[in-house]
Amino acid sequence: MSAPENCDLHTIVVLVENKSGVLARIAGLFSRRGFNIESLAVAPTDDERFSRITIVVDVSSTSIDQVVKQLDKLVNVLEIRELDPATSVERELLMVTVAAATPESRREIIDLVQIFDAQVLNVGFKELMVSVAGSPRRLDDFEALLGRYGIVEMQRTGKIALSELVKVDPTA
Amino acid sequence: MQLNGAQAVLKALEHEGVDTVFGMPGGAILPVYDPLIESSIRHILVRHEQGAGHMASGYAHATGRPGVAVVTSGPAATNMVTPLLDAYMDSIPMVCITGQVALPAIGTDAFQEADTTGITMSATKHNYLVTDVNDIPQIIHDAFHLATTGRPGPVLVDIPKDLVLPSAELEWYTPTGHDLPGYNPVMDGDPAAIAQAARMICEAERPVIYSGGGILRSRAAEVLLELAEMTGIPVVTTLMNRGGFPDDHELCLGMPGMHGNYTAVMAMQEADLLIALGSRFDDRVTGDRGSFAPDAKVIHVDIDPAELGKVRHAHVPIAGDAKSIIAGLNGAIRSLGGAEAQPDRTAWRTTLSGWQEKYPLTYEEHQPGERLKPQAVVEQLRDNTPDDTIVVAGVGQHQMWASQYWKFNHPYTWINSGGLGTMGYAVPAAIGAQVGQPDRMVWAVDGDGCFQMTCQELTTAALEKIPVKIAILNNSYLGMVRQWQELFYDERYSETHLDTLPDFKMMAESMGCVGFRVDSPEEVEATIQKANEVDDRPVVVDFRTLEDEKVYPMVPAGASNSELLVDPSQREG
Repeated sequence: MSAPENCDLHTIVVLVENKSGVLARIAGLFSRRGFNIESLAVAPTDDERFSRITIVVDVSSTSIDQVVKQLDKLVNVLEIRELDPATSVERELLMVTVAAATPESRREIIDLVQIFDAQVLNVGFKELMVSVAGSPRRLDDFEALLGRYGIVEMQRTGKIALSELVKVDPTA
Repeated sequence: MQLNGAQAVLKALEHEGVDTVFGMPGGAILPVYDPLIESSIRHILVRHEQGAGHMASGYAHATGRPGVAVVTSGPAATNMVTPLLDAYMDSIPMVCITGQVALPAIGTDAFQEADTTGITMSATKHNYLVTDVNDIPQIIHDAFHLATTGRPGPVLVDIPKDLVLPSAELEWYTPTGHDLPGYNPVMDGDPAAIAQAARMICEAERPVIYSGGGILRSRAAEVLLELAEMTGIPVVTTLMNRGGFPDDHELCLGMPGMHGNYTAVMAMQEADLLIALGSRFDDRVTGDRGSFAPDAKVIHVDIDPAELGKVRHAHVPIAGDAKSIIAGLNGAIRSLGGAEAQPDRTAWRTTLSGWQEKYPLTYEEHQPGERLKPQAVVEQLRDNTPDDTIVVAGVGQHQMWASQYWKFNHPYTWINSGGLGTMGYAVPAAIGAQVGQPDRMVWAVDGDGCFQMTCQELTTAALEKIPVKIAILNNSYLGMVRQWQELFYDERYSETHLDTLPDFKMMAESMGCVGFRVDSPEEVEATIQKANEVDDRPVVVDFRTLEDEKVYPMVPAGASNSELLVDPSQREG
């Protein structure tokens, strides 16, 4: 079973100029204003002048309104969108090395890999390295299920997200 | 036109209309100082880079034009951090040019290298590290635009030495626009919100206009006066807006906050509507936030959308330029009937005038044999100087007395460090103000602690024949800290006694200034007159004031504004 969504976590997508120091400005703003970053993913957009940063912010001690307004004051920030989890498509990538010392545990892990559409990336004599992409909640489930075998090392990318597409032609 | 990088820096400054820069040369900025000899720009050579920064700030305060400081890399840039943050907190337009080690040396811990853009990131509105000589004209043009538009603030441009050497050439171009795709300050307020605010104003029974520094930054004093006079609503002027509404006006309640007068503080506490115009609910104004103005609805006008709702919920938030929004508000109120549309506020006016009568600013009379009363010195300075004298203060008791007892009747006559509270601000800021307004009289009211932080700049002023006047309210203590120790630390005076050294009169004279020392009340006025007559060099007057005088009223830190301590003579029981 999934853990309930944490409603203190908001996802904002920030379009910034692709210049050196921009990430430092954003990180500096968050630390200076006491905002907490839960996760952060950065990559250039299709237009090389700009980058898109997806930030998951913990707003338990501050208002999302302040976070957005303060970010908007940064000269290199062009656009900020807050994504509602209900109307956005979210993806995250997880890589994990899990203990698989016995044939049984190795078999069970490979079953889980199949169920979750995950991939075995690397095989060791007593460990498996696997990866899965999907919604953050699905990754949470996968991580929880692997926990009993013993997680040796794990890395998550932090989520990226886009708005859900309109299903009905509004002009029709 | 082919120029080298250094020439391009100066041409770019000239193109922005810069007439004066404050600075000091050093290794990395050295190439920029060579073509300065041929430039039309006046350079004021400071004795410490912090002085250059505060001078630029004082110049900007007094003129409304951006102040410019030019210093070298490393320690010079770090010395600039305090003035930059000071200007950032008080929204002062400033551009600072710093030298940097050559591009190939960046990151190698080179001599006098500092990560200037990293260090000043949170002390500036924006900053730049120039990496291509061809960018110099555009970046300097953008820097001035950022510093002076929207919510003004300091912008720093860090230029590596190899980009300003004679070998670094570029084809000069005059930038036609800005390369700032993410910068679009909101100027005009939402008309629907303005109309709603106008209706709320016309319904309020106990309204107060809470005017802040944004009035001065947006040059909105005239429209504010019109708003107040049309509606008859009283105005409090925060520490950053003293002079933004005339003290002599019958609707002026004066300064609110921790050392505000009783009526200004209580009017806000009891108000049913706060009309916040270019003010930001600073903790020194609100006291304990939870108990601040408990019954008030809030209309909040600010050019920085992030100020709206940051501290206090606004029922009507309006982002935009104060001048344009207040003008819009005046129009909207006029269309509702203007003065005719205002409810009967006789009871509110009676309450306010009752407080004014019962709790005026006051202090005990001078007793024979005592050192001078600092408040009396401020009053005598006020009464013996022209009406439009520019007053500059440092930070502490003297600053509060100057703000309380001066009568500010014109905008841009009061300059101080409000947000950051930078001790040592007064001397260099006063020099900058005098450079910007050479025909006006400029008096700094300073403390003995503050004075000793930046007084080396008097040498600068003496050599430049800048006739700035410094009144030191010298109580031989870090007075405000002493006041807290007396009231809240059982009179245990830990490390606040500065004693009576140095001799400020002799010190001033040794720096090329005129020096006076005043011990008795009879000498005060005559000495001020003598100081006023000096017009070719700075004057320092060492007023020996009472060491245990306290600033009242006072809201103890963390207390509710309703627990304001008035002068002991006004307390009951």
